[in-house]
Amino acid sequence: MSILINKDTRILVQGLTGKTGTFHTEQALAYHNTKMVGGIHPKKGGETWTGSKGESLPIFSTVAEGRDATGATASVIYVPPAGAAAAIIEAIDAEIGLIVCITEGIPVQDMIKVKARLDASSSRLIGPNCPGVMTPDECKIGIMPGSIFKKGSVGVLSRSGTLTYEAVFQTTNEGLGQTTAVGIGGDPVKGTEFIDMLEMFLADDATKSIIMIGEIGGSAEEDAAQFIKDEAKRGRAKPMVGFIAGRTAPPGRTMGHAGAVISGGKGGAEDKIDAMESAGIRVSPSPARLGKTLVELLKG
Amino acid sequence: MNIHEYQAKALLKGYGAPVAEGVAIFSAAEAEAAAKQLPGPLYVVKSQIHAGGRGKGKFTELGPDAKGGVRLAKSIDEVVANVKEMLGNTLVTKQTGPVGKQVNRLYIEDGADIDRELYLSLLVDRTVGQVAFVVSTEGGMDIETVAHDTPEKIITVAIDPTAGVTDADVKAICDALKLSGEAASDGAKLFPLLYKAFVEKDMALLEVNPLIVMTSGRLRVLDAKMSFDGNALFRHPDVMELRDTTEEDAKEIEASKYDLAYVALDGNIGCMVNGAGLAMATMDIIKLYGAEPANFLDVGGGATKEKVTAAFKIITADPAVKGILVNIFGGIMKCDVIAEGVIAAVKEVGLEVPLVVRLEGTNVELGKKIINESGLNVISADDLDDAAQKIVAAVKGN
Repeated sequence: MSILINKDTRILVQGLTGKTGTFHTEQALAYHNTKMVGGIHPKKGGETWTGSKGESLPIFSTVAEGRDATGATASVIYVPPAGAAAAIIEAIDAEIGLIVCITEGIPVQDMIKVKARLDASSSRLIGPNCPGVMTPDECKIGIMPGSIFKKGSVGVLSRSGTLTYEAVFQTTNEGLGQTTAVGIGGDPVKGTEFIDMLEMFLADDATKSIIMIGEIGGSAEEDAAQFIKDEAKRGRAKPMVGFIAGRTAPPGRTMGHAGAVISGGKGGAEDKIDAMESAGIRVSPSPARLGKTLVELLKG
Repeated sequence: MNIHEYQAKALLKGYGAPVAEGVAIFSAAEAEAAAKQLPGPLYVVKSQIHAGGRGKGKFTELGPDAKGGVRLAKSIDEVVANVKEMLGNTLVTKQTGPVGKQVNRLYIEDGADIDRELYLSLLVDRTVGQVAFVVSTEGGMDIETVAHDTPEKIITVAIDPTAGVTDADVKAICDALKLSGEAASDGAKLFPLLYKAFVEKDMALLEVNPLIVMTSGRLRVLDAKMSFDGNALFRHPDVMELRDTTEEDAKEIEASKYDLAYVALDGNIGCMVNGAGLAMATMDIIKLYGAEPANFLDVGGGATKEKVTAAFKIITADPAVKGILVNIFGGIMKCDVIAEGVIAAVKEVGLEVPLVVRLEGTNVELGKKIINESGLNVISADDLDDAAQKIVAAVKGN
């Protein structure tokens, strides 16, 4: 099993006709024939997108039209920052169940408006500013490199894109493989937090262990740790390894991700690590030892 | 992006907020004329730097008994005397670091008779994904101390974006600040307009510390700290004009031209990484092996060869850098693009220090091939652990 997506997930691409959208759609189609079913462009409806190897997809003017024509249940967004919030809202209005927004650099006020619409809908948004979601050998939504994945038993969950790859790569090298990898994104206001994904990984039988990667800023890791603690009391627990990026970051400086900042004495790495360890999560001191730490934990 | 207090106050005044009259000056010659424009007899001379703690700050060039970065003056002569003492000198505060910041601008403001000092700020509360007011009756002091010692005295009121600041929100804020009478009526006007300014101008933080109740019973914004969401500056050219680059690190300004996320640090290992999380983790692992990073640098997702070259040049221009670690895990970013950018930069500026390159992910084989065939003296690394150990060893001369 997997979470969020599988081989039957049918995906529309908002922002297909751009360079980034085109490249990653080609990659997705090449990855176990991920079911990319169409692109959206307000002025190019009715045209056909052609990839560099002759792949082709129909283009629709609106998400609703694309959904009706293809039966899509998911959408991936590569639209540039200024128009990305409108693209998310269009997908929400078209009642797309899973919306994955890759776009980096969306103004936070735009995301506050999106969040209000999202909360009143039944759609789930992953991101923005995220690498997407990936189920090995079945479905690739977003920009994660397919070559590092291996079907297996670890649920990977991360606020950082490239650290998601580290966790995936290392669990592949250790022979464990992944059920699904989810990058929830590095922005302060986003569609999905750790807790929702942890709930899904705990409920998924194929997921035998979890790696969760956080970073400085906010309190999502502390909230996640509390959730894990509460679930363990109810008898639901899986072996879990954690990592927090930004242990050496100076306070008050934003570290690339809009959400990665220690401010007002909050959001520091040590508090997060303490919270995670108190919930029984084994926190790796090194980003290079996520896989090895998990193997050690599983050996007991 | 941060702006100065006097700029923030002018912006808030435009929205109708009660701020004192004041004049910004850039030279001592302007002091007398500036003060004469104000009603008096009480004046405040305030250092304009992008850092808090100015009142308790000390000027490096003056004796330890000299007054701080915010001074009261009871006559125009006193204003002029203080301006001459402060302008051009270096102010060290809790937030500037030991080097301090040169004071190139002063703000001369009409003094106020203060009854109570309150704390008010607006920020994005990420737990609810809404803008929130954070208020406290304990104003005028370091809010982090208040948060630590008496957290119950800090009240947060989140604002529903679909409704805006409601009467119930205003009442909650007034109650939290114990405002009544004219001060409460002032608050009912002030709070919605601060929210409007925050949202319309895409602010990241608006801090009014203190917000004061004057002896007249009216509210006034006595200090204002404002920073803006860098992702939204494209739609605010008026805000961009307020940028003071003398407050920023020269390398960070150069990096921002190429849309690179760069933060200067104190160590000697220059880092070039893709992705903010991996860039932070790279700093962490360098430290774990006993060395210190010279910078945080995220080249971002869709970096071009030119961008990578620019990034490499910024790192090598830092004289503190004794070794460079390039750590790339390509997703959007293709390893061959990184390799070509690094090689182009090395050919242009030379390479005086050890360079360790770790490539993984999209187009990794092509990237490695380009590096290997370049003939450059590059130390290849297999994974992150290997890369960190190799650069630390190289810098320490082992």
